[in-house]
Amino acid sequence: MNRNIMKLGVVLVVLYVALFAKLNWIQVVDKNSLDSNPLNTAEVRRDFNRPRGTILTADGAVIAQSVANPDTSSEFKRMRVYPEGELFGQTTGYFSFRYGSSGLERQYNDELSGSTFDQQIEDFGDLFVARENIGNVSISLRKDIQETARTQLGNREGSVVALDPRTGAILGSWSWPSYDPNTVSSLDRTIAETSWKMLNAAPGVPMRAHFYQDRYFPGSTFKIVTSGIGLQTGKVTNTEPVYPFTNGYTPEGTNKPIMNFGGETCGGTLPEILRVSCNSSFAQMGAETIGAVDMVAGAGSFGFNATVPIDMPDPVKSVFPTNVGNNQAKLAMSSIGQNDVQATPLEMAMVAGAVANGGVIMKPHFLFEVRNVRGDVVSSYAPSKWLTPMSSSAAATLFDDMVGVAKGGTATGIAIQGCTVGGKTGTAQLGTDPPKSHTWIMGFAGPPGKPPTVAVAVVVLNQSGGSEATGGRIAAPIAKAVLQIALAAQGGC
Amino acid sequence: MTVVIVCAAYVLASLGSDSRIPANIIPFLVAVIALFMGAHFAVRKLAPGADPILLPTVTLLNGLGYVVIAGLNEKLAAAQATWTAIGILGFVLTLWWVKRPRDLERYRYTFALVGIGLLLLPLIPGLGYDAGSGSKIWVKLGPINFQPGEIAKVALAIFFAAYLADQRELIATSQWKIGPLRLPHPKYLGPVLIAWGITLLVMFYQKDLGSSLLFFGLFLVMIWVATQRTSFLVIGGGLFAAGTVFAWRTLDHVKVRVDIWLDPWKTPSGDGYQIIQGMFAMAFGGLTGTGLGRGGDTRIPAAENDFIFAVIAEELGLAGGSLIIVAYLLVIGSGLRIAADTDQIFDKLLATGFTLLLGLQAFIIVAGVLRLLPLTGVALPFISYGGSSLVMNYVILALLLRISDQTSKRAMNRAAAEVAA
Repeated sequence: MNRNIMKLGVVLVVLYVALFAKLNWIQVVDKNSLDSNPLNTAEVRRDFNRPRGTILTADGAVIAQSVANPDTSSEFKRMRVYPEGELFGQTTGYFSFRYGSSGLERQYNDELSGSTFDQQIEDFGDLFVARENIGNVSISLRKDIQETARTQLGNREGSVVALDPRTGAILGSWSWPSYDPNTVSSLDRTIAETSWKMLNAAPGVPMRAHFYQDRYFPGSTFKIVTSGIGLQTGKVTNTEPVYPFTNGYTPEGTNKPIMNFGGETCGGTLPEILRVSCNSSFAQMGAETIGAVDMVAGAGSFGFNATVPIDMPDPVKSVFPTNVGNNQAKLAMSSIGQNDVQATPLEMAMVAGAVANGGVIMKPHFLFEVRNVRGDVVSSYAPSKWLTPMSSSAAATLFDDMVGVAKGGTATGIAIQGCTVGGKTGTAQLGTDPPKSHTWIMGFAGPPGKPPTVAVAVVVLNQSGGSEATGGRIAAPIAKAVLQIALAAQGGC
Repeated sequence: MTVVIVCAAYVLASLGSDSRIPANIIPFLVAVIALFMGAHFAVRKLAPGADPILLPTVTLLNGLGYVVIAGLNEKLAAAQATWTAIGILGFVLTLWWVKRPRDLERYRYTFALVGIGLLLLPLIPGLGYDAGSGSKIWVKLGPINFQPGEIAKVALAIFFAAYLADQRELIATSQWKIGPLRLPHPKYLGPVLIAWGITLLVMFYQKDLGSSLLFFGLFLVMIWVATQRTSFLVIGGGLFAAGTVFAWRTLDHVKVRVDIWLDPWKTPSGDGYQIIQGMFAMAFGGLTGTGLGRGGDTRIPAAENDFIFAVIAEELGLAGGSLIIVAYLLVIGSGLRIAADTDQIFDKLLATGFTLLLGLQAFIIVAGVLRLLPLTGVALPFISYGGSSLVMNYVILALLLRISDQTSKRAMNRAAAEVAA
């Protein structure tokens, strides 16, 4: 019997060693991934009772702040409020006891709660002085731009992104549907939970920051990328090649032509085909003039298939198909922004920015600076380059061409008196019966003779109509209004 | 020594949760010291030759559990303190009352009947109720609520040990051939099988999965140790596998448990909520923990009961979690040594059974919390909040110490006889 008792002992020891191993796994090996799980509120709860800094826009609006909890019997001494509600909801994100945090609240949690290395070191000198070491975070967004974008877009689904192409600073980031983060950040569990459920079930996924977390067919706005690749590789100039005047282009290996809108006839040199957004010519440019290898590499140099280094959590990649090597039809379709090409609104604003900024894409960012409670700057953002898809001369050529489109092409709706403005429309057709499309415009504007100071991209989803003019008609007025208010803030043209 | 640790931990926990030394520290200290010193002196007086490791280890587990519960909920802590006092009283009374474990052997069928009767108690309309866990295992008698299953476990373990001690030769040598299988004759196994079958049926009917699992393991291991026939383990294991698959396929509440175990992330705010929050809490604790009283996670349902291990692992980190594991291994080691040392068959089986009750139960719930096994709610012995379980565990402890004391007494007598000769 004692032999069996010993065996039993061994088995139990083995079982307990298994417990020890699993405990190690959870507490050490898996710790980081569990800690950073968005459902995990452990850190938020720790942070909830600590003071937390304010988030401010460039024009001084408070968009997130901690205030004393009016319910003094609550276990929480503070509550997080968002005075502007839905206007900045997708950018600030929420800071919820129940659901963790998102957006800037998540990205700059350490700065807001005063737990970065710099803040801690500074605090070390304050060892015997009771002082809060929280950080107030200033961002580049402007309330007036947000409001303009909201008014202009109205209750149509879509996104507006405006940025300063010289620094990558994001000036406006509005998407509809949006949501009010006060709801899910509520200390009242029932309110938080019901609004969480409602928002997750709501059409259009209001809690997702569509401007960088959703991607759509870019349609003809992608022709700027194709043009840029052509110019950069030297395969295309403003005079060569001259594309045949035709009403459709039939790629090799298929007999299905890519038709121009309404069967119209177009062709010619780059400035000419860009002005009218000629499908047949750009399909031929991508498929024959540039070729698969350079198209894929070029799209990558513009930021497709790459993770955007934005200071926000979980950005979505814009995609350009990489399997176009022996599929001319797919390559041709992709070159005009159809097929499997998808882009975030932010990506298209950065493409416009690249043209405006001498071929350089700056890292997109929201952070301007962090100040401590005494008002001293703790850290500030230094702009840096992300990608260089074009040489300055290629960019300059494309710049002129895009200005041409705004002067006398499909994007005249974006032109602003007294400013240099360039643009490109897009209409990504979703279906023909009835015709529906995502309508786009991208562009830039600035004082004449100087580098543009604002780049913009607008997409309005699921609009009826499918002509190239649709993009110009629907999206252009929104972009124009946003450009105007952004330029006004910079002192006008 | 452990008393000092527990008191220090209590002060730290209070400091941690509201940064002040608890106002009731003096009465608390006196009470804790008096209780455990009382237990200690009772052992000294009533069972001087007993194992010296068990009581301090259990003191540590019980004390730590109390401190953690106090950090979670003051009201529960007061109740737990009362139950601890009752448990220690039960411990002393058992030591005083049961002078020889063999005395229990005579009442084997009484224990069997009492055990089964207690198990059936919650099924009587008006008496039994479900405390919100989905298992109807509680009984309300006037002002007292208790889980009769906890008492039944001990009674049935005594019955198994007594019966097997008596019949083990017959069970082991009798043959009953069915094809290639050689089974013991059902005549000799009958009473145990009946008791065991009823127990499992009742527990299963009450949806008390953890207890079913515990009981199945207890019975199988005791019969294996008693008869030394491995075929029992094989057959039992086979039955267990078949039963598990059957239950998983046909019973919804079993399927839910298994599904949560396989992938709790599918329903993070529904069925998987508890286990996910438990894992978050433990991960947040990391190596050294958040500090006593500073975890106190109100978001884990049943934090003071089934999930108390997660709270300990959060507040004391890997260090504290490992300490608990080591403490249970000490209990198991001491218990099995008591079983191995005694030369009385009944004592041996009883000690094995009791050790297994404690060791396997702790394993089942900790493994559930750690997602090593599907979660089946049972109390963590000596740590979890809960009266019936705590008191009965103290009774088990007393009987283990009694067996240990008897063994060393006999050994001393033998040594004295040899010297005299």
